[in-house]
Amino acid sequence: MNDISQSFVKFEKIDKSYDGEVLVVKNLNLDIAKGEFVTMLGPSGSGKTTTLMMLAGFETPTNGEIFLDTKPISKIPPYEREIGMVFQNYALFPHMTVAENLSFPLEVRKISKPDIKEKVQKALDMVELGNFGTRFPAQLSGGQQQRVALARALVFEPRLVLMDEPLGALDKNLREQMQYEIKHIHDRIGITVVYVTHDQSEALTMSNRIAVFNDGVVQQLSTPDILYEKPENSFVAKFIGENNTLNGVVREVNGSSCTVELDGGFGMVKALKINVNEVGEKTQLSIRPERVSIDKTTSDSNNFSGKIEELIYLGDHIRARLDVCGNNEFIVKVPNEGSFNHKEGDELKLSWNSEDVRALDL
Amino acid sequence: MEVTISTAELLTTDGIPLKQSLRKAERRNKLRAFLLVFPLLLFIIVTFVMPIGDMLLRSVDDSQINSVFPNTFEEYKNWDKGADELPPEEVYKSLFFELANGDKRQIGKALTRMNYAKSGWKSLIKKTTREIKKIVKKGEEPVSYKDTFIKINKFWGDPTYWYSFNQMVNDRSSIYYWNALDRTFDEDGDVVLQDEKRRMYIKTWLRTFKVSVYVTIFCLILGFPVAHLLANLPLRYSNLLMIFVLLPFWTSLLVRTTAWIVMLQQNGVINGILVWLGVISDDGRIQMVYNEAGTLIAMTQILLPFMILPLYSVMRVIPKSHMRAAQNLGAKPAMAFWRVYLPQTIPGISAGGLLVFVLAIGYFITPELVGGKDGKLIGSWIAYHLKTTLNWGLCAALGGILLGIMLIFYWLYNKIVGIDNIKLG
Repeated sequence: MNDISQSFVKFEKIDKSYDGEVLVVKNLNLDIAKGEFVTMLGPSGSGKTTTLMMLAGFETPTNGEIFLDTKPISKIPPYEREIGMVFQNYALFPHMTVAENLSFPLEVRKISKPDIKEKVQKALDMVELGNFGTRFPAQLSGGQQQRVALARALVFEPRLVLMDEPLGALDKNLREQMQYEIKHIHDRIGITVVYVTHDQSEALTMSNRIAVFNDGVVQQLSTPDILYEKPENSFVAKFIGENNTLNGVVREVNGSSCTVELDGGFGMVKALKINVNEVGEKTQLSIRPERVSIDKTTSDSNNFSGKIEELIYLGDHIRARLDVCGNNEFIVKVPNEGSFNHKEGDELKLSWNSEDVRALDL
Repeated sequence: MEVTISTAELLTTDGIPLKQSLRKAERRNKLRAFLLVFPLLLFIIVTFVMPIGDMLLRSVDDSQINSVFPNTFEEYKNWDKGADELPPEEVYKSLFFELANGDKRQIGKALTRMNYAKSGWKSLIKKTTREIKKIVKKGEEPVSYKDTFIKINKFWGDPTYWYSFNQMVNDRSSIYYWNALDRTFDEDGDVVLQDEKRRMYIKTWLRTFKVSVYVTIFCLILGFPVAHLLANLPLRYSNLLMIFVLLPFWTSLLVRTTAWIVMLQQNGVINGILVWLGVISDDGRIQMVYNEAGTLIAMTQILLPFMILPLYSVMRVIPKSHMRAAQNLGAKPAMAFWRVYLPQTIPGISAGGLLVFVLAIGYFITPELVGGKDGKLIGSWIAYHLKTTLNWGLCAALGGILLGIMLIFYWLYNKIVGIDNIKLG
């Protein structure tokens, strides 16, 4: 693959400020390949929606350039960008029927009447709303409106589709169902999608790659599995999935691993060296709850004990909150194999592999 | 699968029919709701429904004069206008006694009414009554009442006076409505146009319409961008701007109207500035007030908030994402506005338009003050007859027509736009 096909959308050194004092987006460099499903994930105010709006043409970058298909697009007005968009509250036009909403982008492109009819029907069939053309948006449920918005963003065959938290207004079950549906439509028609959400499970379910935003900066851009298993800094580790943290100071560096002395004199932990460099540096250790073993010992000498503060029965697993090395929010997930018979207040033996502990920035 | 629908009445657990039980349960709530609105209902009936009903009755009421001259009018109906030039002797006789014995105040009122039908009645009857009273005092009984009348005044032999009785002989009369439209009855009771110099209402009605339509259009043109700005600015600025829109509401109507006179008159502020700038010469000062232009300018400014506020309340709830979505879908901004934004403001446009039009059509103070001779609207005539000529029947008819026009517009509006589409906030 050559470089041009690699980056269908390219953000190059993008800065964005609204008031000239605060940078909402700082030095954003992002490449999106054709056909990819990329999610921008981050808390509110992290700059992800601003980035999306710059791509759609509703905001102008303060610095830098955005390339679409190798051409700079900063000077192109939104109505000439050929980018479809699903808005947060759908932005369906209430005075038009579903079919009229869908034919609007085709009509402004001066496509012939019979073609419009055919394309609209096809798009409606795609989202399984073939018989709903004559209804008004207000007569549809939230999920149906969502599908209409999706169909409208796709009906004029845009080069790229943007979605700005499109599932935010739906209830949990419907949201999960729509996640799969959007993913399937993406797989089927192979269009490039840039998706914005603050819901990490949504991002993990749907995306090829996820860009984690915080404070206007992309913290990490990777596939969902790498993002979850190998977070590169403590923000990503905390933001994606559940995460136990222990604070300490680096005492020894040894190639890709290091030894950390826990604060409060709780002992030494062997860990992977991720973004700490020198001996004496403060660090935060990150361990996923499901990577902590109970009643086993490892050769890595990462053997500790913790007092059970709380047990929550969740059917397939038991969620135990422990007090470990001064952190009483330490979570362990115990698979429900029928052999766990500890009570609250009991001491548990805990251990973990040094490859599962990541020494991150503090 | 077969579905059977039970036709038996539904019962509650205790065996009482469900509907009856529901009614009983709801009765208390209904009563409470009624008691809560009752004072307002009473107020509206006393101050709104009853006066309007009374006014509408007055516009067709002609019973006062019938109670003064009952016998005369009864006899008058027997007059065969084709056969005899003048009414029969009985008519003169009845009139003789009714003038001789009638209550002076009631006759006075009736005379005013008669003068509307034909000018000259008042003085004729007053003179005649004096003579009749003299005859009665002397105790003479005239041989021919007709000749006596004609001897008193030769106008009693003029049939045109008698013809004007035609429009008064019934308790109910449509004459005021015809008068309000520059029409009257001829001797046969047919509707004809008034004399040319007495035609003024049709002209005023048309002007009232024209001014109202123009004011509505100007308000829409001026108000739409303001409302749009108000709805889209950050709250901090829009609140400040809103005060400027509402400020006129808190200022007296008279103050605003007279302020326009100061601005617009020939030696006023605007002409002064134009002369100073050299746009116009000192002799060429523009007449902007005491004419139709003055009425239009002042009324547009005064009624503008009534257009802006409904528009604003509608625009405020149109999501900003709609214009973006339309552009994103490929529509240029103008197209996006035309196809997506404007249609959504129609409830506001129609509410504002209806409000401004209805207010403008009945407007009085402003056209009266700045309108001069050719800028007066129908409201001025109503006030004139109410206060100066005391012809309340005609007032009521003019008001009734105004009310009718508004109802027609309301009906048309409901047909075209649908009244449930209206949005005032």
